[in-house]
Amino acid sequence: MGEKTKDQILHDHNNDGVDRRGFLKCMAWAGTGALCVMQGGVLKSFSMSRMAELDPKKMAGELSFVQISDSHMGFNKPANPDVAGTLKAAIDKINGLATPPEFMLHTGDISHLSKPEEFDTVDQILKGASAKDVFYVPGEHDLLNDDGKQFLERYGKGSKGAGWYSFDKKGVHFIGLVNVLNLKAGGLGTLGHEQLEWMEEDVEHLSSSTPIVVFAHIPLWSVYPEWGWGTEDSAQALAYLKKFGSVTVLNGHIHQTMQKVEGNVTFHTAMSTAFPQPQPGKADSPGPMKVPAEQLRSVLGITDVNYIQGQHALGVVDSTLA
Amino acid sequence: MKTRRAWIAGLTTAVIVALGLLLAGSPKVGANTQQPATTEVKIDNFSFTPAVLTVPVGTTVTWTNRDDIPHTVVSADDPKMFKSKAMDTDEKFSYTFAKPGRYSYFCSVHPKMTGTIIAQ
Repeated sequence: MGEKTKDQILHDHNNDGVDRRGFLKCMAWAGTGALCVMQGGVLKSFSMSRMAELDPKKMAGELSFVQISDSHMGFNKPANPDVAGTLKAAIDKINGLATPPEFMLHTGDISHLSKPEEFDTVDQILKGASAKDVFYVPGEHDLLNDDGKQFLERYGKGSKGAGWYSFDKKGVHFIGLVNVLNLKAGGLGTLGHEQLEWMEEDVEHLSSSTPIVVFAHIPLWSVYPEWGWGTEDSAQALAYLKKFGSVTVLNGHIHQTMQKVEGNVTFHTAMSTAFPQPQPGKADSPGPMKVPAEQLRSVLGITDVNYIQGQHALGVVDSTLA
Repeated sequence: MKTRRAWIAGLTTAVIVALGLLLAGSPKVGANTQQPATTEVKIDNFSFTPAVLTVPVGTTVTWTNRDDIPHTVVSADDPKMFKSKAMDTDEKFSYTFAKPGRYSYFCSVHPKMTGTIIAQ
């Protein structure tokens, strides 16, 4: 992939400026460090090794933010005995981005055991990021023993219910959802009636040209139900977003990148900054996956997202820590 | 002659009957004097082993987490019969099943993990 040169994809089958096949192709490169940006209705991809040739202004788009996920502060088993160190490396990576992100999203499992000192440590490390605003949604590891009371106290200001909320940045509407509470035996993630009703009302009056970014911990599409990698009532949530021309769903939980495009919706999961997990079905269980120490940082990473006003899809790029 | 034989037969019968009554009446050893036993469930590789455990009523069951990720033990009934704190590796949770019944439970962090205790 390092040798790949600038590539223009110009198939606009649906006459809406969205080149789905090209987008899918771009998404497939994302794991190897390709940058896909919509410019003038055309999807362009650039290999990371040629980043120096690119005009930062053109590449930046108008809105830039970073997603990190699954920091699992407090985890100390062989898969990664130093999760604080790898989180710091992720922050260094973020601080080194050509376009400084305006803010960060953390898609949950901030802590490993919901301990106060674990949350404190993450807060401390994130203070070192150039982006000072961080928006959180909880993972199941953040709600242990108290049904999320501590999470809400720390990160839930202005949120509703178990911690869902929305906000706007440069015309993009962000929706943070909680799908890790009230899980049922044998079940998947769940949003619940109250949250879905709130979401329906939240997006009702937005114009269909408003780009939407939804972020939640467990994937909002069925990645691998056998391991609980899915949300039982996400179809209802997505139905409320049908009218929008651009919807980007950012999730975590599975500790690896995965993407899927379905109509106007792009689903994307992030790597963890703590430890990798096996690909669906490739192991007995979805637990921490041990890799040789020198390879660890190449399976951990961050996700950089850029949006150019007026364009359809957001440019989503994953980069590893090494 | 007949009288003497009849008398011996009668005596023998009486002895046999008496012995029979004596044996029938003696309490069996250990019938209602069992101590409640502790029984173990191991948590490893995102599963409870054994998945279904049958125990006598009054047994204390102990779950031990041998996995490298935290798990919980939560009753699937409503209202919940029991609910453990999150157990990290090597931590334990115990619950005594004082009433007979079939108790389904799961890990609230990884709800695909399920198990059953049958107390009878």
